[in-house]
Amino acid sequence: MISIRDLRKVYRQGEREVVALDGIDLTVPTGAVHGIIGHSGAGKSTLVRCLTLLDRPTSGSVSIDGSDLSTAADRDLLQARRRIGMVFQHANLLDSRTVLGNVAYPLEVTGQDKAGRTARARELLGLVGLEDYESSYPSQLSGGQRQRVGIARALASDPRVLLCDEPTSALDPATTDGILELIRDLSDRLGLTVVVITHEMHVVKKICTSVSLLDRGRIVEGGALTEVASDLGSRLSAALLPLPEAALDTAGPLVEVLGHGPAADVPVSAVIKDRFGHGVRVLAGSVEDLAGVRFAHHLLALPDGADDRTDGADAVVAFLEQNGYRAAQRTRTQVETAQGTAQDLGGAQ
Amino acid sequence: MNRFQELLANPALTEALPEALVETLVMVGIAGVFTLVIGLALGVILHVTAPGGLRPVSWLHVLLSAVINVTRSIPYAILMVALIPFTAWLVGTSIGPIAACVSLTIGTAPFFARLVETSLREVPSGTVDAARVMGSTRGQIVRKVLLPEAMPGLVASITTTLVMLVGYSAMAGLIGGGGLGRLAYNYGYQRFDTAVMIATIVIMVILVQLIQWIGDRIVRAVDHR
Repeated sequence: MISIRDLRKVYRQGEREVVALDGIDLTVPTGAVHGIIGHSGAGKSTLVRCLTLLDRPTSGSVSIDGSDLSTAADRDLLQARRRIGMVFQHANLLDSRTVLGNVAYPLEVTGQDKAGRTARARELLGLVGLEDYESSYPSQLSGGQRQRVGIARALASDPRVLLCDEPTSALDPATTDGILELIRDLSDRLGLTVVVITHEMHVVKKICTSVSLLDRGRIVEGGALTEVASDLGSRLSAALLPLPEAALDTAGPLVEVLGHGPAADVPVSAVIKDRFGHGVRVLAGSVEDLAGVRFAHHLLALPDGADDRTDGADAVVAFLEQNGYRAAQRTRTQVETAQGTAQDLGGAQ
Repeated sequence: MNRFQELLANPALTEALPEALVETLVMVGIAGVFTLVIGLALGVILHVTAPGGLRPVSWLHVLLSAVINVTRSIPYAILMVALIPFTAWLVGTSIGPIAACVSLTIGTAPFFARLVETSLREVPSGTVDAARVMGSTRGQIVRKVLLPEAMPGLVASITTTLVMLVGYSAMAGLIGGGGLGRLAYNYGYQRFDTAVMIATIVIMVILVQLIQWIGDRIVRAVDHR
């Protein structure tokens, strides 16, 4: 379990003080795959550096399985760091070492004997599917293969926690999915707690069980993936379940509807027609499975001139809410803002 | 007597030249080893103590940097003369190849230290971060990450430094260091023996080419980037 309490980091830039992290509180239970998403400048890199104690936080604490890293003395810090496996955006392998040498490095610094570390490194290379590449040099590998070596290396010291900093941002889409599947699979098999820092919602959707939104050094939204996704109107929901760009060519009121589970399988426009007798236009819609739950997200245009109380927006929204949907009337500006949020967090379609 | 036999009969070429070559090699060899050891240590200290380095020590970095700059700004011809009393005190004489090694080392070690610092700076900070996150001590980072990762640049720097040493060693010959420099001066300049002058130049060129060729081969062998 990772537990972050009121983590603050203030940088001094000449006279100015820059607050990079402004009181982060976060608990990631053992075995969870937690995504931390934010656009550039939100504090992601600082958070990573503070989690690994590459930078000392200004205040607050980071603890892993109950032991506090932030108060550890330098010598204990070396031990504490070995409990975190870290995967970097650009793998950061040692070019002067073979693949096997890279994976064995963490064992070498802890003083394990050569036979032991070679055997362990081979085993790890098998785990990431690179057993045939042990004597290759990193420069001879593709980006995805290098990242696999990076993951094998991160696992060498048997960490409890795998911290992935933009693990797929330098990779093409097909390779990205391969790496994400590997991370997910390893987390399941080894019972690892995984934290993935990313600016791409795709990464969160693919592997995370929970997510936090980092903005200006604070966690502004967060929770289990299905929970935040069904929170209609939240930024994470807008980014997790983005609607395609829609032409808002209607004079009538706009209603946004989100259904999950069984509600997602029923055509919402038919439900409304059955109840109110008038049809609605679907301006945009998307259906997605997140963490094994189906979500249907629609933007509906109600007919112009319907009476609010009997069959207009208010009545439709109230009816939908009663029937297990989340619904809200939306202005054009709100629809555009949600689009912008989705784009911002790399979730736009 | 044809031309070739004439050359073989010239004792400057048959006796003095091989002796001078050995002296030059001794100077370059001894001064080279000292330069590499001292320069490497200074270069590592410079890099490690720099702001944002593994162990920033501001005063040490500034002091070392200043000393290196001062030494480097003195032309070698002046440095070797200025160092005569120090050399005499250190090795008991200011004449001969061994004495020349003192000024040669002091003249080239700071230069090599700067090259080492530059090579180390080229190791990406992400690689060092990765090593730190994996729980490496500072010593391990220097030995297992910085130096091996910078190896191609370091070998190229060693090559450049050795070539420079060959040149400096010839200069050292003028103030009693011996070697090919003195041979060229004594025979070629003072006795107008053109054959010795040309032979010396040819040998120096071959020596430099050889050092560069071997250096390039090693760089290629250790460069896995």
